[in-house]
Amino acid sequence: MTELAVVSDRTSIPSHGQRQRLQDAAFRLSTLFFALVVLTLLGGVIIALVEGSLPALKEFGLGFVFTEVWNPVTEKFGALAPIYGTLVTSLIAMAVGVPVSFGIAIFLTEICPPWLKRPLGVAIELLAGIPSIIYGIWGLFVFAPFMQSTVQPFLINTLGQLPYLEDVFMGPPYGIGILTAGLILGIMVLPFITSITRDVFETVPPMLKESAYGLGATTWEVVWRVVLPYTRVGVVGGLMLGLGRALGETMAVTFVIGNSHRIASSLLAPGTTISAAIANEFTEAVGDVYTSSLVALGLILFVITFIVLTLAKLMLLRLQRNAGT
Amino acid sequence: MTQASAAAVHGIDLGIYRRRRLVNGLALTLALGAAGLGLFWLVAILWTLLWNGLGSLSLGIVTQMTPPPGAEGGLLNAIFGTVVMTSLATALGTPIGILAGTWLAEFGKTNKLAEVIRFINDILLSAPSIIVGLFIYEVLVIRMGHFSAWAGAVALAVIVIPVVVRTTEDMLKLVPNSLREAAAALGAPQWKVVTMVAYRAARNGMITGVLLAIARISGETAPLLFTALNNQFWSTDMNAPMANLPVVIFQFAMSPYEEWQKLAWGGALMITLAILILNIGARAFAALSTTSK
Amino acid sequence: MTILTKTTLRHAAFGLCAAVAVSGASVAAQAADISGAGATFPYPIYSKWADAYKKETNVGLNYQSIGSGGGIKQIKAKTVTFGASDMPLKPEDLEAAGLVQWPQIMGGVVPVINLKGLKSGEIKLSGTVLGNIYLGEIKKWNDDQIKALNPGVALPNTAIAPVYRSDGSGTNFLFTDYLSKASPKFGTQIGANTSVQWPAGIGAKGNEGVANMVKQTEGAIGYVEYAYAKQNNIPYAALKNKDGNVVMPTIQAFQAAAANADWANSKGYYVILTDEPGKDSWPITGASFILMHKTPQDPAAAAEALKFFDWAYKDGGKLASDLDYVPMPDNVVQMIRKTWADQIKAGDKPVWTAAATK
Repeated sequence: MTELAVVSDRTSIPSHGQRQRLQDAAFRLSTLFFALVVLTLLGGVIIALVEGSLPALKEFGLGFVFTEVWNPVTEKFGALAPIYGTLVTSLIAMAVGVPVSFGIAIFLTEICPPWLKRPLGVAIELLAGIPSIIYGIWGLFVFAPFMQSTVQPFLINTLGQLPYLEDVFMGPPYGIGILTAGLILGIMVLPFITSITRDVFETVPPMLKESAYGLGATTWEVVWRVVLPYTRVGVVGGLMLGLGRALGETMAVTFVIGNSHRIASSLLAPGTTISAAIANEFTEAVGDVYTSSLVALGLILFVITFIVLTLAKLMLLRLQRNAGT
Repeated sequence: MTQASAAAVHGIDLGIYRRRRLVNGLALTLALGAAGLGLFWLVAILWTLLWNGLGSLSLGIVTQMTPPPGAEGGLLNAIFGTVVMTSLATALGTPIGILAGTWLAEFGKTNKLAEVIRFINDILLSAPSIIVGLFIYEVLVIRMGHFSAWAGAVALAVIVIPVVVRTTEDMLKLVPNSLREAAAALGAPQWKVVTMVAYRAARNGMITGVLLAIARISGETAPLLFTALNNQFWSTDMNAPMANLPVVIFQFAMSPYEEWQKLAWGGALMITLAILILNIGARAFAALSTTSK
Repeated sequence: MTILTKTTLRHAAFGLCAAVAVSGASVAAQAADISGAGATFPYPIYSKWADAYKKETNVGLNYQSIGSGGGIKQIKAKTVTFGASDMPLKPEDLEAAGLVQWPQIMGGVVPVINLKGLKSGEIKLSGTVLGNIYLGEIKKWNDDQIKALNPGVALPNTAIAPVYRSDGSGTNFLFTDYLSKASPKFGTQIGANTSVQWPAGIGAKGNEGVANMVKQTEGAIGYVEYAYAKQNNIPYAALKNKDGNVVMPTIQAFQAAAANADWANSKGYYVILTDEPGKDSWPITGASFILMHKTPQDPAAAAEALKFFDWAYKDGGKLASDLDYVPMPDNVVQMIRKTWADQIKAGDKPVWTAAATK
């Protein structure tokens, strides 16, 4: 009797196995499908941006990237002023944010007492989560008036009097402008770069550092000659991630950039960035050429951040490989 | 023996030693100063936010609608819009993200396609959110002919997906293979191994990832600027522009009206508190799961 | 802990389904809101009207104050029921787009200034001087050209920060139109339009943005619709008009400028009220226009919108003059009602008739 049962069981086993294989295949294919959705998203973004910018690119050609003009009346547009603003504000942000982030990261990894390490680290990561619009309104209501009443007149009266820096620190103290926007952007990317730099610093094998300490190195020498060279690639990768973040930032900058499509030599002058121009003008752009020029700006921004992020990724991958060995 | 004579005995150049000490002290002081400076500004921002925001938080802010200029009001329709669009974006993006992350961790692993998808995912993760807004505008808003809360939700979902993919993959990779092998040895098909064993083991981490994604999209303004737009009144119509906190804060903060500016600060404080709570909750959740093992 | 998670998740999922269900169900139950977009110039009065109208009829007006340029774009793209613009479209453009246009309300654009200790009307300016400020040629408040117009006023040595509109704006059109008429140099170098290429200064979005920026920046000058200066206590300047008189921006000054308008003989109500003659006329006066399609995509929504505008003409006058806007004169309103009945149609029937309201 049991033998009959076993035989009948055995005949049903192949179909059970078939069903399992089908289910497995279905599961694998559905997950593969959604993984490919990620690919199509990026592809979709690129296609949508290119499609939207075609009218402008056809009208202006490649000269669009190098012309400084923005006249909705005569419908002549050029991306040079927004590109300049994006690059300069990001550079100011990095110039301000990177040294400070390094300082905090060094403090966290080398000097900080153990009881403070975790709370401070958590605090930094929480700060990285604050939405950028908060920085924007703080900038508009608190920082810009402060810049106008204190910092900018100071800069005009000191650095603005030196022979070569005259043009860089010239002009009426508006409060808002490229320098203010760059500084706020710097404060914004600060927590982000700090946590990446700290994570990278912590991949250094303790043995390396202790060997250096054992030889009598001071803390600073350990950082400068052991930690930084070891993590060099990772640090640069982290910095480029921060740069990518700063380049694409919209809300922190829009409030205080001044919305002026002009390239001025002075850092205290108003300007515009690509994302601020799009955010401020997109819903009101009249006409195909205007709208398409704004989408073309978006395409340029995407290309710039794509390049920066790709470089960052490659560098961080190299660090991971080195750390694994 | 004094330091100098001890040094002389051992042949150490005291000058160089002192200089190294000086450089060390200087560098560390600068590092400390930089840390203090950076933290000072961040704390100043939070302090201003608290100061101005608390002043406008009252029961009215969550019971009344956004007012016309010069009148008193609240942010109820904006809060509702943000909650609805965030929930929808999470509901849309999380399954896609989890399944995609599952493929990367369980099936794709190290092959070429998986490497490419991982790379693309990281690009999308850090892409400027205004680009996402433009993308959805071109694809949805123009096709539909009008702004809508659907478009806003989809734009936020596009931001959720890369975050969830990344955390799902990372969490699934942490599940020890011995668990999977044990399940397979018991005769479970692969899909059951993944859904019933791996998912369960990684569940807390995946939930943490979803919470972090929610925290990220609650504060996003740029994607909503030209998809969901804004609405002065209470609206539950998903097919029409819907009020939402970030865009309302944007509009109110740029205006000259005192009442609007106060509401903008209040809304900003609410968003920041919600995000902080979500982040802390995500961390506590992750910590709980590791300590319970 | 596991149970807590499961229950929490279940509750969250339930809540989400409920929210989606509620929103789905209420799509049907929702009273239709009128949707419009455009000029920031009339936004203070439109929103007061919308509030009062909603209290009376429970129909809401969802007006996106995004600038005249945006209003024209949205109505042409049919994403809203009506567009609002302070720059009237020329009759040829109206024909080409299939739009009808009429003036809903009038008001004045005033220069606003932020100087320590300065009160409204203390500073007097002229069109030429204003043009030179915005051309970037006059850089300080104690410049000789400004001193000449203001003998006896203590002008500080502060730098002037001109604030202009960065978005497509009818207010910008009115301001640049006036400057082009009063200062030929400005006219040739910059011209008049909803958006121009300003050689100096800071850009801000909307009348709101300009008002805010002027309030925040010491030494700033900007141009906003009068209600913005009044509601936010920003000091304004007096202007020398075409007749050479210095006038303050009051409702009488706006009315004096508007009295010269010849609505009856202007096709498409295309009338521009800047630099009008008359000893009391305010030089930068303008009407704000509404644009709607001749054959609207949604006749029911269009009818609701027209009911609202009719109500505004009938019952909105006091709210308007409280904010120093000038309501349209009765004879013009009659003409406009006739335009509605004649031109806005669904099929063959007019979308709105005089008998339709009340």
